[in-house]
Amino acid sequence: MTPDRPLYLRRRASEFVMVGLAWASTLIGVAVLALILAELLRRGLMALHPSIFYRTTPAPGASGGLLNAIVGSLAMTFIAILGATPVGVLAGTWLAEYGRESKYAQVVRFLNDTLLSAPSIIIGLFVYGIAVRPFGHFSGWAGALALALIALPVIVRTTEDMLSLIPESLREAGVAVGAPRWRMIVSIAYRAAASGVVTGVLLAVARISGETAPLLFTALNNQFLTSGMNTPMASLPVAIFQFAMSPYADWQELAWAGALLVSVTVLALNVGARLLARRSTQ
Amino acid sequence: MNVETQSQVLAASAAFAAPARPPRSLMTEGGFRFITWGAATLLLASLAGIFLLLIGQSYPALAKFGLGFFAADVWNPVTGKFGAVAPIFGTLVTAAIAMLVGVPLAFGAVFFIAELCPFSLRGPLTVAIELLAAVPSIIYGMWGLFVLAPFLAKHVQPALIDSLGSLPWLGVLFQGPPFGIGMLTAGLILGVMILPYIAAVGRQVIAGVPPMLREAAYGVGATRWEVFRRVLMPYASRGLLGGVMLGLGRALGETMAVTFVIGNAHHISASLFAPGTTISASIANEFTEAVDDIYQSSLLTLGLILFLITFAVLAAARFMLAQAARQVQL
Repeated sequence: MTPDRPLYLRRRASEFVMVGLAWASTLIGVAVLALILAELLRRGLMALHPSIFYRTTPAPGASGGLLNAIVGSLAMTFIAILGATPVGVLAGTWLAEYGRESKYAQVVRFLNDTLLSAPSIIIGLFVYGIAVRPFGHFSGWAGALALALIALPVIVRTTEDMLSLIPESLREAGVAVGAPRWRMIVSIAYRAAASGVVTGVLLAVARISGETAPLLFTALNNQFLTSGMNTPMASLPVAIFQFAMSPYADWQELAWAGALLVSVTVLALNVGARLLARRSTQ
Repeated sequence: MNVETQSQVLAASAAFAAPARPPRSLMTEGGFRFITWGAATLLLASLAGIFLLLIGQSYPALAKFGLGFFAADVWNPVTGKFGAVAPIFGTLVTAAIAMLVGVPLAFGAVFFIAELCPFSLRGPLTVAIELLAAVPSIIYGMWGLFVLAPFLAKHVQPALIDSLGSLPWLGVLFQGPPFGIGMLTAGLILGVMILPYIAAVGRQVIAGVPPMLREAAYGVGATRWEVFRRVLMPYASRGLLGGVMLGLGRALGETMAVTFVIGNAHHISASLFAPGTTISASIANEFTEAVDDIYQSSLLTLGLILFLITFAVLAAARFMLAQAARQVQL
């Protein structure tokens, strides 16, 4: 058999080209991440000034900081997580411990996965319809509700995943010593899955810290430090959006400072959650 | 000793003995089960609520414009005439550009991570791709507006206009002034944004291919590309397709990144450089300004359309991923 020289060369060539393209596409992905982070650090650090943390957002032409936006973001994120965590953990518990492979559980699981990647602006429209229009005004509560609805599927998903990782023998041991199933779940399963559930909550916080679209017409925005959740509320992402789209250079600077704060928070939460997950699986 | 006195003795002794059972709690098995079921049902109810609310609130616009809403290229808040063609067009075009850019990049990255990269690089690369997914969309938008758009306007678009703009058929796509912002920029940003989603799913399903297949292919002398293209990709095709659909769902629904760079013009243009709008960008830009009912209802109808499209795409994605998961288990 004579070696097929042209075929050999063609295969070598396509291997060479394709490997080159694979290198290139990986490089592009990493390069974009690096470029975005570099730009954020460059412009963000330049704009980051202590007054960002103690002055409120300025009127056009005036100088100011982001205090009200930071406070608003913290408040709404905190309340959203406070609401979404119990519901999410319980729903995840039902899926992993009771529903399992039943038809209804499969439907819920499927819809949860869909909700997980549904456009967040749709959530904003929904919350506008149930929590803004009926009351006649935008409010921090509505913003928190929108964020909670986005955090919920993340928490449900991780809780279910973490509970399904627990060995069945652990459950059987609990039931065998006479504990009712709920007692077994609360005292044994939750303890075994605790760090995984915390990971899920951290990821949910990371997810909603950067969300802008659902806040645009629920919490709206507020130029002042608000007195309560029942009034329109500023948030970092919405402030960033407003300032970045403005024509004023000093507003754009504030936007970069805010963008740096949000990105550092989100990336740190992600890395933290990942480290926690790795430690708990080891 | 009859039963009654026996129980009295037991009760008396119980007062002295250490409590044999934990204090009675208010929780019962049925109660706990019901609470968890309720939480799961709440999830279902919220999705149903979204759907019903969107239908209900888009009714005024649909009643007024009828099916013409989907065929009219008009968006005039002053005269109260609305049609969904321009936003739907923009959504589809930007998503198509995103797929053209994002899918090859993602598959290239999966090929690299699965077959080419040194083992020590695999972990950091996987983390980098996951971080790319974690960057908030508003950051992508800012970067697109302040970095990518000026760069495209200055260096890329003029070159494209000069070289491709004069082509007989395709030339139309590359004509017009190089604004920087527009459909092309939005599509490129979306392409980078969906890369990590497709790549993350792809990496997982490729890792799930039985090692025997890979070894057998290398054993008969296949090159690395041939192993990936002819063995790994076909075996994992359902999962890969699921990942692509997931990316498509993201690209169709992504809001903030697009809002920054699309230019928000309700207007259809053949040129990829022209400003346009998408469903999500229209809602984000205009909803708070939409004071009269028909305007708001029109925007909500756009929301309903987006919800239905992304729901269908995401459902298809989940279906394929579920099939892929079953295949790996076998």
